[in-house]
Amino acid sequence: MIFGRSERGKPPVEPVTLKILVAGGFGVGKTTLVGAVSEIKPLRTEELLTEAGRPVDDTSGVEGKHTTTVAMDFGRITLREDLVLYLFGTPGQDRFWFLWDELATGALGAVVLADTRRLEDCFAAVDYFERRSIPFVVGVNCFDDAARYPTDDVRQALDLDPGVPVVLCDARDRESVKEVLISVVQHAMAYAADRRETVAT
Amino acid sequence: MSGDGQGTRHWFDDEAGPVVRPYAMTRGRTTSPAQHRLDLIAVVVTEPHADDPEADHTLSPEHVDIVELCRDAPQSVAELAAELDLPIGVVRVLIGDLVDEEMVHVTRPVPPAELPDESILRDVINGLRAL
Repeated sequence: MIFGRSERGKPPVEPVTLKILVAGGFGVGKTTLVGAVSEIKPLRTEELLTEAGRPVDDTSGVEGKHTTTVAMDFGRITLREDLVLYLFGTPGQDRFWFLWDELATGALGAVVLADTRRLEDCFAAVDYFERRSIPFVVGVNCFDDAARYPTDDVRQALDLDPGVPVVLCDARDRESVKEVLISVVQHAMAYAADRRETVAT
Repeated sequence: MSGDGQGTRHWFDDEAGPVVRPYAMTRGRTTSPAQHRLDLIAVVVTEPHADDPEADHTLSPEHVDIVELCRDAPQSVAELAAELDLPIGVVRVLIGDLVDEEMVHVTRPVPPAELPDESILRDVINGLRAL
């Protein structure tokens, strides 16, 4: 099997780890969604971007930092002692797209969070996952003061493939977020089965 | 640093970022040979024989921290970076060193570009429902 783990007879359990990405525009509720289900407070990792033009020994910049950090929020859900799911909120700023490639490698699937008031903010994410054949669902975060639209309207507005699930959700609500994640995994399963069939025939 | 007469106590604060430049901890290295295996969710496990990392004077305090953190509970690369408050790139190089020294090993359960087994996915769905 592909899960052959190095067997060295050790007491600590080495879990199988999986990741789901959470993408969407700035302020659409990615961190909120991660926080709603994570067993730990959303953690933040930073990647330091070293720009070629940046003086290496610049220590005079007390008034303004000259390094660029990109933060990624992530959460953890321990499903079983030996099965852990990580959620990664992708960096919102467009100029950090290249970091997505690394995040997307080996990802089970993705949630694209959408706000119906600013639907265009998630175009880029939809496009990214479509192009890389990463299974994703669109979660419409139902903000209190936003008008509700039927999922079909959202689907049409985003020009989604018929197979892509669109779910209404509340990023603050644990049960709602659980449903979104379940639909991602189900969609990933269907997607994998589809692909196997295409390869077989 | 330029002397601006402000007194030595005020020349750094949190806004200035870390006093030690992050990549100084890796002696300027930004990559390591083992790095391609170090996905954000790859799990780092301390080898049982690495019981006294502090005795090894080739290791930095950050190396020792990683060995200690992963002894009781294996941790993902992302968690280590958050815990140690270091950039991912730095943590990767440090873990690469420890792999070379055989102080830790890294599990890589699902090969990239391959979806996990269907039974695992079913376990994930059931696990999520049971939360």
